Amino acid sequence: MDDDALLRSLADDLDGSFETLVRAHADRCYSIALRILGDPSDAEEVAQDAFVRVYRALGTYEPSRIRDLRLRPWLATIVVNACRSRAARRRPPTVPLGDEPDLVRSPHRAGIPHEHLAGREAAARWAGLIGDLPLRYRAAVVLRHVDGLSYEEMSEVLGRPEGTIRAQVHRGLALLRAAFEAAEREESIA
Amino acid sequence: MTLPSPDITTDAVAGALRDLSVAAPAGLVLDTLIAVGLADGYAPIATPIGRMWVAWNGLGVSLISGSMDAAAFEAEFSDAFHRPLGRVDELPDRLARVIERRLAGDRQARVPVDLRGRTPFERAVLDKTVQIPRGEVRPYGWIAAEIGHPAAVRAVGTALAKNPIPLVIPCHRVVRTDGHIGRYSLGGPENKRALLTWEGADPDALEELASGGIRYVGSDTTRIVCHLTCRHARRITVRHRVPFRSLGDAAARGYRACRDCRPVRVA
Repeated sequence: MDDDALLRSLADDLDGSFETLVRAHADRCYSIALRILGDPSDAEEVAQDAFVRVYRALGTYEPSRIRDLRLRPWLATIVVNACRSRAARRRPPTVPLGDEPDLVRSPHRAGIPHEHLAGREAAARWAGLIGDLPLRYRAAVVLRHVDGLSYEEMSEVLGRPEGTIRAQVHRGLALLRAAFEAAEREESIA
Repeated sequence: MTLPSPDITTDAVAGALRDLSVAAPAGLVLDTLIAVGLADGYAPIATPIGRMWVAWNGLGVSLISGSMDAAAFEAEFSDAFHRPLGRVDELPDRLARVIERRLAGDRQARVPVDLRGRTPFERAVLDKTVQIPRGEVRPYGWIAAEIGHPAAVRAVGTALAKNPIPLVIPCHRVVRTDGHIGRYSLGGPENKRALLTWEGADPDALEELASGGIRYVGSDTTRIVCHLTCRHARRITVRHRVPFRSLGDAAARGYRACRDCRPVRVA
């Protein structure tokens, strides 16, 4: 079901269609939360909380308003806001013990074992680097390149002009690239 | 994917980020549906009358039953509600604690309940039943009068027989108007008796008084008449206790009804 059909069925029968909405968007909402927050259990809670907010909001909307929603940016807005309120009352960061399977449990990577390992390693590394970015760059980079929103959609999500968002994504990528290269050099010297 | 070489392009960074999209944890969908009340979780709990199964969702507890096993409980749930149900290891901590406190008689402990699908009359009956204190009992007719339908005594009995959340909504504290203990949906009258005894009421003594026609007790010092199990009645010392068969008798002797247990004349 595409998003327009999904919105129409949500407008007709919220309770009957909500599960379809959650199933269709769980992975991307969780991924946005995970890459912004860094912690899998925080991300799971935030994604759930975001969907609860979505359900309550849809329950108060007129059917015509539901049909007119732009689903992808609207959901991303709610996830990003839930991430912000979580980050605001967050406990001091902790170092996870052992590896974190959730960081790299990608649906797209059921490849051959050694490639999988390299992928895991790389993903964990990039995830770590994203986590070190200031929040405004982190959110911009995650929405653009992990979730794949357009700049125009992101402008709606982040409530800032497209030009500002482009600059933030650009700056975020440059910071990531510099951090990656610095880490590589450090490793090759060591 | 292999690790990029030390010097990489911004495009390569963007490409690497695309691979950071992951699958949501397996439980996210069900947990979300439970949170909004479109599905329920369930788990067993220990109670004074044995293991019971509890189903709940974001709105509150939806079903408590003494089904034989998980499969029987699932069947009972799907007969009653048309929602998905998922087994969990245990109840959420907060809910488990508040149920435990409630069963132990803490009236401050408010257990959220999900009574969607009940009629307004059934809700009124169940809401009123929650107000009966631990260790006390009231007749069906009292509930009927309190909710403004004094003639609907049988309908009160039916609503209580269909109580989806026994123990938390203490239908075991509602007894026949003639004072006999009466039916109980959660495993029969023996469980009702056991629960009342555990709560400090004395069902045998109550039935004995009931067979002698005694329904109320008054104090000859205060001239107030109460239900037999009212906490004020239980504080009357033996030499000041005056038993009554009816409120008419009590009124004729100048007694007024207790303002806490509010005995009423019933058919």
